[in-house]
Amino acid sequence: MPQLRMTGRGLWITALIVPPLAFVALFIVYPIISAFAYAFFDWQGLRRGDFVGLENFHTVLFVEPYRSWTLNAFKNNVIVFFALMVLQNGLGFILAYALWRELPGARFHRIAVFLPVVLSTIIVAYLFKLFYHPLFGVVNLSLKGLGLGWLAQPWLGQGHTALWSIIVAQAWHMVGFPTLVFLAGMQRIPGEILDAVRMETESEWVKITKIVWPLVAPSATIVFTLLFVGAFNWFELPYIMGGLDGSPFGSTDVLGLYFYRTAFGNVSAGQQDFGLGSALAVLIFIFIALIAGVITTRLRAREIQI
Amino acid sequence: MSVASETNYYDRRGILGTLGRDGLLQVILIANTVIMLAPIVIMVFSAFKTTPQIFQSPFSIPDFSQVANFAKIWTQTNFLRYLMNSFIVTGASMVLILTLGTMAAYAIGRYQFKGSTFILMFFLAGLTLPLKLAIIPLFMLMRDLSILNNQLSLIFVYTAMGLPTTVFIMTGFIRTLPNELEDAARMDGASEARIMWAIMLPLVRPAMVIAGIQNVVPIWNDFFFPLVFIQNDSLKTLPQGLTTFMGEYTTDWGVLFSGLTLSAAPIILIYIVLSKQFIAGMTSGAVK
Repeated sequence: MPQLRMTGRGLWITALIVPPLAFVALFIVYPIISAFAYAFFDWQGLRRGDFVGLENFHTVLFVEPYRSWTLNAFKNNVIVFFALMVLQNGLGFILAYALWRELPGARFHRIAVFLPVVLSTIIVAYLFKLFYHPLFGVVNLSLKGLGLGWLAQPWLGQGHTALWSIIVAQAWHMVGFPTLVFLAGMQRIPGEILDAVRMETESEWVKITKIVWPLVAPSATIVFTLLFVGAFNWFELPYIMGGLDGSPFGSTDVLGLYFYRTAFGNVSAGQQDFGLGSALAVLIFIFIALIAGVITTRLRAREIQI
Repeated sequence: MSVASETNYYDRRGILGTLGRDGLLQVILIANTVIMLAPIVIMVFSAFKTTPQIFQSPFSIPDFSQVANFAKIWTQTNFLRYLMNSFIVTGASMVLILTLGTMAAYAIGRYQFKGSTFILMFFLAGLTLPLKLAIIPLFMLMRDLSILNNQLSLIFVYTAMGLPTTVFIMTGFIRTLPNELEDAARMDGASEARIMWAIMLPLVRPAMVIAGIQNVVPIWNDFFFPLVFIQNDSLKTLPQGLTTFMGEYTTDWGVLFSGLTLSAAPIILIYIVLSKQFIAGMTSGAVK
């Protein structure tokens, strides 16, 4: 390969690389770096005021009522993460295992499980909002039809069921993703290993826990990390189904909603505050980066190279 | 190939044990498929019913010739406008993503030059960053560029968001292409641009399809960026327009369900035709 000179080929390479680099620099890197800077200033509307050091961070973490809002939203994100770990990733693993056997109809089941994934979250949110309607929603109508009318309730209208109802909608929406990632992982397990296992044991349980699960570790690393990042960025579903305030009574409030509300204002919080919003964004960002890093390195360590 | 060994295995375990285990797995799959499809079927059925019919018999099969709800959406709402806007924004973003992504990937994958590894890392860094959290500076940036309330703001953000995955997928693919064709053309005195356009680009189409699908679905479905950038009703994209529409017709459930059905229809139909490519494309970031 010839040396890079700013003639001929050098110019050509520059012409190829500069426009895409400029887009990423201007619309990803610059905004993210700015988000950190914004958090250290006082903001009046869209106008940047004085440098205030760590005051914005102090406010959202330690000053009421922000402190309780932050803690409440964070607590809900943690619930969402662990619930989806079971409902989305756990179920996804079981479904992948079932699909992997290539039973009759497997192709159809595979297409069906991934169908909700391609839908817009907004469509899913409204669909389930209508389904959860206390009087006319199909959930309560089905319960009544099955003679379980006493179980019918205003799912989205009461604090102890609202968040869980939204979590179920999320699991329905996205379970196909981990399913097919796990399935791809299982399909990569070499046939010789499976044959060897068949010689050793008849137990399905041993096969799953000792062979399949360790060998799909790379898939697990990816879906766990993506779920973590997704759970702490959760916004659309609670925004449509619970509203911007996380109603009822903040029971569906999550960090994404709280951050958006703080930054851009709403009816109850009124004023928009870019300083506090940026401080929240930076805290969420650091938290996600740290924990996702830990999850990835810890899980990578148990991956086995075949 | 694995079918033969599996049959063997079944025989050794005894037909009953196999039936029991596979039967259970089959039941799980069928139950799951019913749960996956039921909400979509109910949505489509309800789209052809009047509101009282939905309340009285939500599961019954409707009269599919009754299209009053769809007519209402067609004539009384901005639905078509939203649909058009989504096509414009998604189309423009995809053209930019694939053009710029291929350019960068081609430069990184085909030429050796100083800093190419660093440039690739720079693109890859964009893969993991949740851009939602930078929405305040992005909002200010769009305001400074005077493209708030303008679809260019969406097109630019989507393009930047799509580039990391596209460069990642395409660079990997372009590196695997053989050198012979390229060298032969160079001997014949073809220019670098001509080599790229006429010889190499036709070969990278499969990777473009994968990268395209991976980006087109999240862009078509995105709600967050229009929510912040677009106020003007005539500029709204479909997911955002849906929120306006759902707010206006809260009590007319027939119209609500047909609005949801119409919004979901384009992507569901394409998915049914291209399910293999969709699944490969959308999981390609997570499957090595």
